[in-house]
Amino acid sequence: MANVLKKTQSLHDRVTHYCAGCGHGIVHRLICEIIDELDIREKTIAVAPVGCAVLAYDYWNFDTTEAAHGRPPAVATGIKRMLPDRIIFTYQGDGDLAAIGTSEIIHAANRGENITVIFVNNGTYGMTGGQMAPTTLLGQKTKTTPLGRDKIREGYPLKISEMLAILDGVYYLERVSVHNPQGVRAAKKAIKKAFINQIENKGFSMVEVLAMCPTAWEMPVKDSVKWVEENVVKYYPLGVLKQNAQ
Amino acid sequence: MNKKILMTGNEAVGEAAISAGCRFYAGYPITPQNELTAYMAKRMLEEKGVFIQSESELAAINMVFGSSAVGKRAMTSSSSPGISLKQEGISYLAGCELPAVIVNVMRGGPGLGNIAPSQADYFQSTRGGGHGDYRTIALAPAYVQEAAGLTQLAFDLADKYRNPALVVMDGLLGQMMEPVEKTQFTDYKPKLVKKPWALTGAKGRRPNIIRSLLLKQGALEEFNERLCEKYKAIENTQTRYEKFLTDDAEIVIVAYGLTSRIARHAVKALRKKNKKIGLIRPITIWPFPRKAMHDCAKKATKAFLVVEMSCGQMVEDVRLAVNGKRPVYFYGRSGGGVPTNEAIEQEILKIIKGL
Amino acid sequence: MVLGRIIAEAAMSLGKNVTWMPSYGAEVRGGTAYSMVVISDDEIASPVVDNADFFIIMNAPSFDKFKKTAVKGSAIILNSSLAETNEKIKGIKIIKIPATEIAISLGKAMVANTVMFGCFARLSGLIDKEKVMKLLKDALAQKQHLFEINKNAFSEGYDFIPANRQNHRLPGLCPVSNPTHGPRGGRIK
Repeated sequence: MANVLKKTQSLHDRVTHYCAGCGHGIVHRLICEIIDELDIREKTIAVAPVGCAVLAYDYWNFDTTEAAHGRPPAVATGIKRMLPDRIIFTYQGDGDLAAIGTSEIIHAANRGENITVIFVNNGTYGMTGGQMAPTTLLGQKTKTTPLGRDKIREGYPLKISEMLAILDGVYYLERVSVHNPQGVRAAKKAIKKAFINQIENKGFSMVEVLAMCPTAWEMPVKDSVKWVEENVVKYYPLGVLKQNAQ
Repeated sequence: MNKKILMTGNEAVGEAAISAGCRFYAGYPITPQNELTAYMAKRMLEEKGVFIQSESELAAINMVFGSSAVGKRAMTSSSSPGISLKQEGISYLAGCELPAVIVNVMRGGPGLGNIAPSQADYFQSTRGGGHGDYRTIALAPAYVQEAAGLTQLAFDLADKYRNPALVVMDGLLGQMMEPVEKTQFTDYKPKLVKKPWALTGAKGRRPNIIRSLLLKQGALEEFNERLCEKYKAIENTQTRYEKFLTDDAEIVIVAYGLTSRIARHAVKALRKKNKKIGLIRPITIWPFPRKAMHDCAKKATKAFLVVEMSCGQMVEDVRLAVNGKRPVYFYGRSGGGVPTNEAIEQEILKIIKGL
Repeated sequence: MVLGRIIAEAAMSLGKNVTWMPSYGAEVRGGTAYSMVVISDDEIASPVVDNADFFIIMNAPSFDKFKKTAVKGSAIILNSSLAETNEKIKGIKIIKIPATEIAISLGKAMVANTVMFGCFARLSGLIDKEKVMKLLKDALAQKQHLFEINKNAFSEGYDFIPANRQNHRLPGLCPVSNPTHGPRGGRIK
């Protein structure tokens, strides 16, 4: 009898350290399913960020390196340039990509590095206990914005994907969300595209994934889903931000 | 055909890297090492290697990290302010046990300082430089030819010990031209090692993971102790120095890099005046050749004079080496000043008077 | 700068120890660029020259800058086309040669450098004419017309120094045929 359902090879059979309701587990699974589907596990090299997902290599069944905070695009550049036939992706949070690593992501994108970037935006620094992130929404309370983010004091939530989309070096950029099943399905489609682009040597592809962090947001899981639905998606609209023609 | 090529120190380092099989270079413009970046841009094209002018020093060292993580020989270079920026990456390289070669063509500091030659990054080069419990191998050439040789050695040692290695030279050595034997590049065979730890894709093996985060109880301590053992092994086997007329020397000058060449002339001039003066030139500033000084102190040497292009940094290592047995004097110029052999002679004569 | 390198190359090919050191700094076009060359039979300590034996000075601003560092026994070879002066400095020999005019008469102002080189070679006795010719020929093998003009420029400079003034002996400096002395330097504009 043929196997119709297989265990995802790229994902270790382990309980993750992520909190209940966290988006990382979903995104990990999507990436691993795609890597299996594309049959690229044995040539994939991942760059893990600093943040909650730093331990991703405990769950991923392929070669992975850590990188200093914000530097995954530079590390990925070094890897991809030396091993152009391998599939390289960075997995970065909003602190990593949109704050401390803005320089690295902008220039890797602008050089059109043929890599895939998975940018998980949950609007907070989860690992350090819920400080304001560059993507924290106006009015959102965090450990470092006890009265809520104030545009005068803290400035506006950073639309890094919109910024990157205007760069000529970017081939494909889409924003998705994993707060509901339709969103997860769309996310998988987008991430898969971002990997296929790399396989086809199309150039820099990035998917921004809006995700929940109920722990740092200090709300029940159910409410965190609602928060994304009612607030985050409004400020960060879903959809393709850049798709090069050829 | 001429057997020698007239090259700047910067070019010699670049050609040495190519001869060592380095096919990845990332760098950011800064004086006085720009010739090296330009040289690598040209040579990497010819050798079908990778040259990237990075957006910052941080990016450059992390690109080197990536290249090293997949098992390839990689180099970056900069001058003092840029090397400060690279320290984060160097700490991660040490923490992940990744080999890499980092060239520092030193200029005056602190801050922007100036673009004149300096040896003021001695502490930074020999104490790890970034955060955490680690050391970097630090090689300090005094001649353009030696800059090439020590760059080749830096690659071999970095690979052997899976540790970042620095080539540290002052701006003068980087900028000046001197003849280099062609055989320095043609006769050298890189000591390549197997790198089973490299990320190449988990084909037919378990995934390789490169990490420096060790959260499990006791894991980091265990790792630190292992690093410590490694550093001890490097100290025991890789310490390099040159002795010049030290056997009967009453006063021994300790100087490295270009400063040692000037000191050598002072030694020769003083010998002509029947003064028993010698010179120890550390070639590795880490590991530091402590034993060489210790041995001199046990014999004829009554005092040491450390000469540096700084306000006195290596002098601390010499004092540690001599451990109070002999007085250690210091003479230095900083902020771009270069000691003259006359000034060094004067210092020695002063010490002789006081003995 | 280029002339300094050529002199260093020539001395290297004659088996001398040499160093060449450019003036480096904030990049300014039209500033007084210079380089320092040390030629020695002995090991060279520092490429930095404080008191040069020879100055090859191409223009007036450089003359004003470097004449102050000349010491007794120094020789200054001055491109009088671009630096007119009647100045006399005690103990210092100033050789005025209209290098740019000579170069223009040969068809290329840029070879003023080579005229100065020839003049320096004859005056110092450090560099053998025949060897220079061979070096030039090798370096410009693909560019016959450039070789011709440089050859002529070198000869013009070389012959500018009368035979009785060649080998301008300086304390501690010997001609190539009799190398016995330690490092000496020449500051080359």
